[in-house]
Amino acid sequence: MTVPILKQGPFLIATIQAALTDTDVLRLQEDVMQQVTRHRSRGIVVDVTALDVMDSFVSRSLRGIAMMTRLRGASTVIVGIQPEVAFAMVQLGMSFEDVQTALDLEEGLALLQARREPGDGAG
Amino acid sequence: MAEEVEAATNGNQQSADLLKELVAHLSANRTNLRQEWARRIGEARLLTALTPEEIFNEATSVYDNYVEVLETGLVEALQDYARNLSERIIPRGVETDEVLGIVLLLRDVLARSLFQKYQQDFAYLNKVLDAYEPAANRIANTVAINFVQERERVIRQQQEAIRELSTPVLQVRERLLILPIIGVLDGQRARQLTEQLLRGIRANRARVVVIDITGVPTIDSTVANHLVQTVDASRLMGASVIITGLSPEIAQTLVTLGVDLSKVNAIGDLQGGIEEAERLLGYQVSLGEGAADESR
Amino acid sequence: MPAEGATVIAIESDSDVVTARQRARELAAELELSSTDQTLLATAISEVARNITTYARRGEVSVSIVEDGRGRRGIRIVASDQGPGIADVERAMQDGYTTGGGLGLGLPGARRLVDDFALDSEPGRGTTVTLVKWSRT
Repeated sequence: MTVPILKQGPFLIATIQAALTDTDVLRLQEDVMQQVTRHRSRGIVVDVTALDVMDSFVSRSLRGIAMMTRLRGASTVIVGIQPEVAFAMVQLGMSFEDVQTALDLEEGLALLQARREPGDGAG
Repeated sequence: MAEEVEAATNGNQQSADLLKELVAHLSANRTNLRQEWARRIGEARLLTALTPEEIFNEATSVYDNYVEVLETGLVEALQDYARNLSERIIPRGVETDEVLGIVLLLRDVLARSLFQKYQQDFAYLNKVLDAYEPAANRIANTVAINFVQERERVIRQQQEAIRELSTPVLQVRERLLILPIIGVLDGQRARQLTEQLLRGIRANRARVVVIDITGVPTIDSTVANHLVQTVDASRLMGASVIITGLSPEIAQTLVTLGVDLSKVNAIGDLQGGIEEAERLLGYQVSLGEGAADESR
Repeated sequence: MPAEGATVIAIESDSDVVTARQRARELAAELELSSTDQTLLATAISEVARNITTYARRGEVSVSIVEDGRGRRGIRIVASDQGPGIADVERAMQDGYTTGGGLGLGLPGARRLVDDFALDSEPGRGTTVTLVKWSRT
């Protein structure tokens, strides 16, 4: 299943709607890089609200996406991790220390806005 | 999985015949034996939480189940009924000793009716009792155990509910949650707190959480780990955590346990923690002012 | 431990893993496991079943309700395959893959999510992981 990626001003929003297969993940990584490059996006919000499970594979993949977008000068924020999922991730030993997270889409976008240099134009 | 009612001594066939006779006797005397039983229940002042009609209705169900077990040797139906009965009468305040009491009374009532019927032939009476007693005991056992298990389940649920009520997550200002913890923490309570807090973060859209442990005298390594996990899990939901009221003793414990305190933002007291939280929140808001953040 | 009507799900693709997780959730809901416990169980299944699709290509996951001697009920997951098997089981249960410990199979993590855990594996014979999560009520 293809993950839809929408443009919102200088940012992108990728909404994951169901469990991802290996192929889906590779596809997502390619699509994200493509879109970030095409739109010169400054940041991307990856919304995992719909995921009822985040195992080590999914977590590693999202961290991979965050690292790749950073190479293109864009920040990534993961949003929508549910309470039970957060609990399970921590028990599993994955704490996403090097990846930014926020509660939901609104918070994620606010975070990306705030990280832009002060005095930066509409860009 | 059928549980065979154990035959007594003289071969399965004789036992089976005796049980058939028993079942016939109990069916034939269904009306007066039920009434006798219900009367004795009232006399013994059992099931006072129920009305006489209710007692008679339940007595009927138990009686019929009883006979069915004797007849078929299968206890599943009885187990289901016992569980169902327990679910209904526990909220009415019926105690374990009452349930045990009425089942034993039924056993007595039936035994006495057998004495009366076979009083002329003592040897035969003994044979009948040999077939009857193990079955009757298994039945009493089944009902009692199901009742007790159901009761224990209800008690555990109530304890869980009490634990939840005793540690509220408070929203003091927008985006700020405070979780004051009081008393000794065990692994289970700590875990429950974490779950409540995480749900609270979502419900209140909190960005900062202040966990105050001034009221916690000691913690062990399990709880210390839970605390760190709570910090990590909260961060995954976009909230940062400040821990206040960390006593020197607990700080010492954490250090000894090798807990990585560098990830923990610890402030002396609750007041200081709230001030730091507001600073964090204000800081985040002002950063957003440069870009058109209309949400506040 | 008697098992009640086990569902066996053949695992050949990622969507099969999702099916196994759903089935486990259904049974867990029947036992009134908390949503947190349900998620822990589903996550553990995801971890071990992924090893099947990654290393063994195919295997199966069985999901069933079990009962211990004291009337406590739980969900038992048995993930098995006839894949390459694990030579160093002890190492497989160590954490810290990137620092040289463990084997990166996610097994120590899965163990932390459940109550009972057993790993049976031998090179050439395949692997069986058994997980049990008990109801708290």
